[in-house]
Amino acid sequence: MNLLLGKLTLDQIPYQEPIIMGAVGGGALLVLAVAAAITYYGRWTWLWSEYLTSVDHKKIGIMYVLLGLVMLLRGFTDAVMMRIQQSMSLDPNPGYLPPHHYDQVFSAHGVIMIFFVAMPLVVGLMNIAVPLQIGARDVAFPFLNSLSFWLTFSGAMLINASLVFGEFAKTGWAAYPPLSELSFSPDVGVDYYIWGLQISGIGTLLTGVNFLATILRMRAPGMKMMRMPIFVWTAFCTNVLIVAAFPILTVTLALLGLDRYIGTHFFTNDGGGEQMMYVNLFWAWGHPEVYILVLPAFGVFSEVVATFSGKPIFGYKSMVWATVAITFFSFVVWLHHFFTMGAGANVNAFFGIATMIIAVPTGVKMFNWLFTMFRGRVRFSVPMLWSIGFIITFTIGGMTGVLLAMPGADFVLHNSLFLIAHFHNTIIGGVVFGMFAGINYWFPKATGIRLSEPLGRASFWCWLIGFYVAFMPLYVLGFMGMTRRLNHYPNPEWQPWLILAAVGVAIIAVGILCTVLQIVYSIWKHEELRDTTGDPWDGRTLEWATSSPPPIYNFAETPQVTEIDAWANMKANGGGMFVRSTPYEGIHMPKNTPAGLLMGLFSIGLGFGLVWHIWWLVGVSAIAMIAALLVRLFDDDIAYIIPADEVKDTEMRRLAGAGQS
Amino acid sequence: MSFFRGLTPSKSRLARLRSASLLLGFTLLSAGCRYAVLDPSGPIAAKEKQLILISTGLMLLVVVPVIILTLVFAFWYRASNTRANAMPNWAHSNAIEVVVWTVPLLIVITLGWLAWTTTHALDPYRPIEENGKKTLEIDVVALDWKWLFVYPEQNIASVNEVAFPVDTPVHFKITSDTVMNSFFIPGLAGQIYAMAGMRTELSLVANKPGTFGGLSANYSGAGFSGMRFNALATSDADFEAWTRKVAASGHPLDEAAYGELAKKQENSPVVYYAPGNAGLLQSLIDKYRHTPPPEHTGSPMNASAAK
Repeated sequence: MNLLLGKLTLDQIPYQEPIIMGAVGGGALLVLAVAAAITYYGRWTWLWSEYLTSVDHKKIGIMYVLLGLVMLLRGFTDAVMMRIQQSMSLDPNPGYLPPHHYDQVFSAHGVIMIFFVAMPLVVGLMNIAVPLQIGARDVAFPFLNSLSFWLTFSGAMLINASLVFGEFAKTGWAAYPPLSELSFSPDVGVDYYIWGLQISGIGTLLTGVNFLATILRMRAPGMKMMRMPIFVWTAFCTNVLIVAAFPILTVTLALLGLDRYIGTHFFTNDGGGEQMMYVNLFWAWGHPEVYILVLPAFGVFSEVVATFSGKPIFGYKSMVWATVAITFFSFVVWLHHFFTMGAGANVNAFFGIATMIIAVPTGVKMFNWLFTMFRGRVRFSVPMLWSIGFIITFTIGGMTGVLLAMPGADFVLHNSLFLIAHFHNTIIGGVVFGMFAGINYWFPKATGIRLSEPLGRASFWCWLIGFYVAFMPLYVLGFMGMTRRLNHYPNPEWQPWLILAAVGVAIIAVGILCTVLQIVYSIWKHEELRDTTGDPWDGRTLEWATSSPPPIYNFAETPQVTEIDAWANMKANGGGMFVRSTPYEGIHMPKNTPAGLLMGLFSIGLGFGLVWHIWWLVGVSAIAMIAALLVRLFDDDIAYIIPADEVKDTEMRRLAGAGQS
Repeated sequence: MSFFRGLTPSKSRLARLRSASLLLGFTLLSAGCRYAVLDPSGPIAAKEKQLILISTGLMLLVVVPVIILTLVFAFWYRASNTRANAMPNWAHSNAIEVVVWTVPLLIVITLGWLAWTTTHALDPYRPIEENGKKTLEIDVVALDWKWLFVYPEQNIASVNEVAFPVDTPVHFKITSDTVMNSFFIPGLAGQIYAMAGMRTELSLVANKPGTFGGLSANYSGAGFSGMRFNALATSDADFEAWTRKVAASGHPLDEAAYGELAKKQENSPVVYYAPGNAGLLQSLIDKYRHTPPPEHTGSPMNASAAK
């Protein structure tokens, strides 16, 4: 083994693979183009001070969303590759992806979509909206927030590095041992998986702590728990789940890492290892994880449906208790991921019924959204289209989920394409639709620019139709006995359905293109799409009480809350935040710091060193991370005061701007 | 054969529900032989299919109204509809709350009851009694990437082909000498994991003669897609003929032959062995267990480190 480069040698770079090299070349060109553009327009300083070193929750939120959208392109490319492979590979045609490449593609697709698309989008929207909705000036720990983002970014970069250096895991996204053990996966793929998820997982855990503290301690005066916007409630429950569940993932991956690095036998076939222990632990994290993703999406829909129906959410208390019930039950259903392990009928029936119980609070939520529209005045703006598409699509996904919760049915549907159709039905129909609703809803708030409606509608319709064309055939294929992760297959009757699914993915591709165009076009036309009001949708909650984008301190004066839907209430009673009686005061705000960025970048080195056994790099990176942290911890100069005059000027400009419209 | 053991009196209601669900669009899916899962050839798979149809029908009772109401409410209460009765502050109704909690709850209680009874009735470990015929024992070993079937009583073994007579209960004991796989014959019964150092069990009966595709339903590495076998459900006489054919192949499954077989190989052909090494399954399980646990103590789950 090489002291300088560990296990890394030149032949670990897949020069001979045109697809990989094409993707890497394209990606590199894109990065260079962006860097050149920033240099050309002289925006490096701006980028450094406004984003990279920022501890402002709004900026961090934007970076999270951007990371999620960029990684969506990568994860979706994997999906396209899989659909093309399966539409070709009827025996004896082997398709164009041999197993060693195809198996990496489906593993990377799952990992990227869950950890580096859905999670960043969810955390990004929480960052943008939660502090504003509770009338706070930032999160409880702004530096920690920056660190969380950069650790997530680092994990994503490690996964991307596996494209160039070595390979990714060929184990599926859950990396079940013993397949993921050294004896069956001696390559570095699983190590990329372990360290990518460990580093980003710690970032997520810190986010959980941060947002719990923020929601519990930083609400505006008068905002009791039972007056919080539903999105804040769902964010709260999601962060409870993060804090409770992510340590399980950390420990599980650490044990798998010990097996692979120092030869322990936690999950190996021999030496007393217990592979099903990994599977239990993985899903003890993995099932709460799906609610970590979908609860904030439910929160977005609650905000959107209420706003665009011009009514308070129907049955607020029901909504809250339904959310809390889902949070609790999400922890007692993990075994439904492996009814076929051979547990006894009592165990399987218990977990099956526990799973079905979740359908009750979820059904209540559905009805509450329905009755929020009932007797309302429904405006079909883009966020509302996503919400209506969600209610219909997710209902079907919920039904197939309850079917899979029935152990007797699961024995024939487990690991089939029916299962794949089900969880894409809930994750696309729930999480992805929710995130797009949220992006369209809060984009004006975060950037001051409204997103183009026609392109937004085009994106929605492509996604909705594309989803049904891509995934309904998979339900059918599940009934035909087609199992997941097949590289090639013998049954000619499956092929037409697989081709149809590929067509659906092509329609979704147009939808993604529309989203990209929508964002680019709206930034290009920012003058005419500018939101000068701060309240473009006639919103109901406090984020709409300030300008778009809000000043760095969010609110010059802390809002006083007396009811649910605080902003709608203020508007109804005249003026609210626009009227000011007391003189402006200086505002205490946290300073920018590069510590989070640096620790994140060093953690890429740490992860890369661990993957390739480059021990000097591990040591140097670890020391650098600790040093950056210590410098930050012993720095007393971490805050500053925005003078009262400056606050007054900003507020005057804001009010003048709002007055124009 | 009573499917819903605890539910005999309400059988007709369930039958009505089933026909309702059939009307609701499943006629298409349940017709024709292309839908392996929905075209069962054995009682277990038949009950599993029935369960899928009944549960789907029950859930459609909520799902269909939700979808219709979504579209109706969104359309009727559109902002431009001046005839709609908008009430911008209306956000609570005890009556509606009671209904929206109760209806899903009642359906889930029904489904939960169904789950409890069917999970026990369809437990793959549950022995099947069929016309008092003697159960045929078959040991199954998952290998990279092939299935080995050992017939302890007939003293034969085969790779990627398994045969059994129709209307005869078959009891599989399953393990793996590699990573986790899932043993699955979609037309005949549900699946069960094959795991190294552990033994799982599966019972089934075929009621129709035929050739059924079998596979691994759990991804197990590069050769996974080719890890398929044929299950031949035959008449008693044909089964006898098959065992004689395998016995006549005269290729003993000794240590050397097994060592060769256990090597990684994709798309393996059918191979026959005789004599078949009746103790193989247990010895493979013991290989991974340093100290085999004493009799009658299993691990907490019944996928135990065999007796």
